[in-house]
Amino acid sequence: MPMLHTVNKSPFYTYTLESCLDRAREGSAVLLIEDGVYSAMRGTPIERRMVEAMKKLAIYVLGPDLEARGMTYDRVVSGVKVVDYGGFVDLAAQHNNVQSWL
Amino acid sequence: MEFGILINEGPYTHQASDTAYNFAAAAIGKGHKIHRVFFYHDGVNNGTRLAEPPQDDRHIPKRWSEFAKNHNIDLVICVAAALRRGIKDENLAEGFRISGLGQLVESGIQADRLLVFGD
Amino acid sequence: MSEAINDVGESVETGESAAGKVKKFMFINRKSPYGTIYALESLEVVLISAAFDQDVSLAFFDDGVYQLVKGQKTQGIGIKNHSPTYRALDGYDIEKLYVEKESMELRGLTTEDLLVPVQQLSRGELSKLIDTQDVVLSF
Repeated sequence: MPMLHTVNKSPFYTYTLESCLDRAREGSAVLLIEDGVYSAMRGTPIERRMVEAMKKLAIYVLGPDLEARGMTYDRVVSGVKVVDYGGFVDLAAQHNNVQSWL
Repeated sequence: MEFGILINEGPYTHQASDTAYNFAAAAIGKGHKIHRVFFYHDGVNNGTRLAEPPQDDRHIPKRWSEFAKNHNIDLVICVAAALRRGIKDENLAEGFRISGLGQLVESGIQADRLLVFGD
Repeated sequence: MSEAINDVGESVETGESAAGKVKKFMFINRKSPYGTIYALESLEVVLISAAFDQDVSLAFFDDGVYQLVKGQKTQGIGIKNHSPTYRALDGYDIEKLYVEKESMELRGLTTEDLLVPVQQLSRGELSKLIDTQDVVLSF
């Protein structure tokens, strides 16, 4: 599979998520980690952007980072898949390469 | 599968070192190998043996040392970045070694995937 | 860059253990210079990678395009000006420097403003190129 992208910044703090979504190619995956997990929450202006992005990308969010920040799984945008660190490893192994959006 | 890991940030200020550790531990747990963990930029500060975090907090350098010992992992601190920041053999934590940036490039060549953790 | 050049000498030996394999390495530069050290330390890895005979390229987009702006004068901030090193990359056989057109335009820059010859690619072209890499390094 093509690229796995990781994004670790809040979309309300930096432009990183936009930058990634604008460039990630169809069929690739984006994993939201660390402060990047806030992008996965329902009821924010980012939600529509995520729904749009899911037409061409698979979006994942790191569960332990959600839980650490008091964000419950039922608040995750529908279609975004929650994974643990083992799932992160699987995604890295399944994709040809990993690009960290630092 | 063999993973190479690059850590660009120091301990505590950023989550990068924690995320890298959790990833590496999960990879080992799934039967993968870690080719090398390379510490660059402020990441070299993960290798200090002078850190004394509070009792109830994780000890990041020690956690890497133990991980390296238990799973025979190569922990490499970049020499140029380390000298800039005052990390030398005399204050290096157990299990870490100081070497050149070539070790990072080599990890990129040898490992199946190279993952970058930073800010 | 004497530090990095010393490292090259040292890592040539290490390179022999990895002999034979040629991978596509891409260095992604998305951050501006001087505010943080990432631009300089990224350049140091680029120089080392030249000793390993790999297929190396550099991509500059978002604020990374600011790294290549000519006329950098750093005396006033007391930080070493590392920008001349981009012009030296050619001597290390590192010739694939790509800037993203959209990032340049957004910042009011043209290739005339840059200190080194680069290839300007559209966002789509550059993303496609990044997808073909074996190792993507970002700092």
